[in-house]
Amino acid sequence: MKPALILAALLLAAPPALANKVFVTNERGNSVTVLDSATWEVIATFPAGNRPRGITISPDGKELYVAASDDDTVRVFDPETYRELHTLPSGADPELFVLHPSGNPLYIANENDNLVTVVDVKTRQVLAEVPVGVEPEGMAIAPDGQMFVNTSETTNMAHFIDATSYQITDNVLVDQRPRYAQFTADGNKLYVSSEIGGTVSVIDLTAEKPVVTRKIGFAIPGVLPEWIQPVGVRITRDGSRVFVALGPANRVAVIDGATDAVIDYLLVGQRVWQLAFTPDEAFLISTSGNSNDVSIIDVQAQTVIRSVQVGEQPWGVVVAPD
Amino acid sequence: MPGLRAFIAVVLAALFAAGPALALEVKVGLLQIESAAPLPLSRLDLPPADLGLAGAALGQQDNQTTGGFLGIDYSLQTASVPPDQAQAAFDALRAEGIGIVVLMADAATLTTLADSAGPQVLLLNATARDEALRNADCRANVLHVAPSRAMLTDALVQFLMWKQWPKLLLIHGSHPEDVALAEAYRASAAKFGASIVEEREFADTGGARQADTGIALVQRQIPVFTQRAAAHDVVLAADEAEVFAAYLPYHTWDARPVVGSAGLRPVTWDAALEAWGAAQFQERFEKLAGRSMREADYQVWLALRVIGEAVTRSQSADPATLRAYALSDGFELAAFKGQKLTFRPWNGQLRQPILLSDGRMTVSVSPQDGYLHQVSPLDTLGTDAPETTCTAFGG
Repeated sequence: MKPALILAALLLAAPPALANKVFVTNERGNSVTVLDSATWEVIATFPAGNRPRGITISPDGKELYVAASDDDTVRVFDPETYRELHTLPSGADPELFVLHPSGNPLYIANENDNLVTVVDVKTRQVLAEVPVGVEPEGMAIAPDGQMFVNTSETTNMAHFIDATSYQITDNVLVDQRPRYAQFTADGNKLYVSSEIGGTVSVIDLTAEKPVVTRKIGFAIPGVLPEWIQPVGVRITRDGSRVFVALGPANRVAVIDGATDAVIDYLLVGQRVWQLAFTPDEAFLISTSGNSNDVSIIDVQAQTVIRSVQVGEQPWGVVVAPD
Repeated sequence: MPGLRAFIAVVLAALFAAGPALALEVKVGLLQIESAAPLPLSRLDLPPADLGLAGAALGQQDNQTTGGFLGIDYSLQTASVPPDQAQAAFDALRAEGIGIVVLMADAATLTTLADSAGPQVLLLNATARDEALRNADCRANVLHVAPSRAMLTDALVQFLMWKQWPKLLLIHGSHPEDVALAEAYRASAAKFGASIVEEREFADTGGARQADTGIALVQRQIPVFTQRAAAHDVVLAADEAEVFAAYLPYHTWDARPVVGSAGLRPVTWDAALEAWGAAQFQERFEKLAGRSMREADYQVWLALRVIGEAVTRSQSADPATLRAYALSDGFELAAFKGQKLTFRPWNGQLRQPILLSDGRMTVSVSPQDGYLHQVSPLDTLGTDAPETTCTAFGG
């Protein structure tokens, strides 16, 4: 067979790669960069208000939510036209939020007022405000949507909140400055990253009360322990791999989800902050705030395949559903 | 929205019903010894009446919020007295069963109170910077939240070396604290390889803080005072008493930046800092106090957070237990400086990054890149374990 034919055969044998849009908030650039997940080329950049940070998309892919921190609002964009549709009331300085698996409501951490604000994205009304610890930050929702979690950075707790009654059911102490929380797809475990503590707490949810069963620590040769600051967390649907962005350590840690042991560190851009999978989990995208790029990680191979320049100080990332 | 308000009340009630696992009462005292410090030169620097106390209020609030989830109740009792009433005020706090006291006091008063208190009391030094308190005069029942002068001067000199500005013209005041600060700068220069090419003393001859048309005189005096100095990269001012340093920028004979007590200053807190979540912290404070946060506010807040963190983790209100926990490897505190703060177990000093501020922007943060240490880069600031003359901590 001629080389050209071999190449053609290989191309035909590969599963068809769906192109998804990847949206990256540029905290300093006041914009959102759009990438194509098939080519990893930048296909658009649009203004997104002042200091855009947290970003998520509705399950139907019709609405893109951006926390515009310095505007004290959540801006909602059309992911096709990039036009702003409307805004949502968020309270002061919104940073991170999570959408209910059904697409409604939106749970927003409101740092200045020690509240979690629950907003109906259809009626644009505040449904509830839940008082939590000092400086609420990370937000996660259980896969069944029955419970959501907020982490408070100065109180150093994960607060478990009933999604129906909005009552706090449990408070679990973790290490200093908890930034991000993520449930496993089976809802049995919650991973909470502690930026200043330098650890990820694994909270077991199968017992009567949530309890920290393990604290994952990190050590990278040649990197000062002070620079290992875990922030973003993503877990594969089968729970086999956990990826943790380590901030100014410029690495994404790969953790075995069965044993919770660190198996590798992937070198990415500078000050890696948040992570997002493509819907098929073939790729993981990480944002690097100090090198103005995103790194594309091949999830199976556990290697960084390329980096793409985006806007100034990329912060959050979300990939459109199929 | 009365519906929402009622709803929040319900949630609040539920919140406190859900949490409390243990019932613990933590009584904290804050003792401020009033000092007769001279007024600063700039009216922008005039001390607010609630300096430090506003930081305490925020610290108490933060601890109480966390305590609410755990069944821990914090109380804060504050006393502000002249030096001759320090002991009586301290004894009064003790008589109310308070065993943890945050002090805003001079070194002599602090040492006297520490000696009178004994091992069942824990004192937190929020403001005194004296080197001796961390060395020969250290006391086992005192933890230092305030940085020492050496930590501040090391932080600045590291930056000057990074900038490759090693030649320093040192101008120091005539007050004892100015002399001590100058001595700290000499030690920092020797430690990091900077050279003090010349020293001059600016003697305080007394007088009012400002006078009408004082500016005209300053503009004539300072150039003359600084002329014909040996070749230097920066003018380094050691003026803790705030008598002259603020006059130096733009008036020096040679066109050189001013650092130290004016120009670029080493500080524990800067109201301009936004990184590491500081923006939210600043806003919380400003909402509470109606002004921006100063160093003393930050340091007192920090002292209360040290207590709160030790109580949360050790689940105890016993001063000796809290002291032991604070000095242990388990203790760590996030404090909007980008890394955890811990205590030096050999003298009870809190390790902390030092900010370098020009008053409008946070210019840099020390320790600088490249200053390495076998324990923590933070230990490149101030007296290190092999050099300390403190023995009260079993060293």
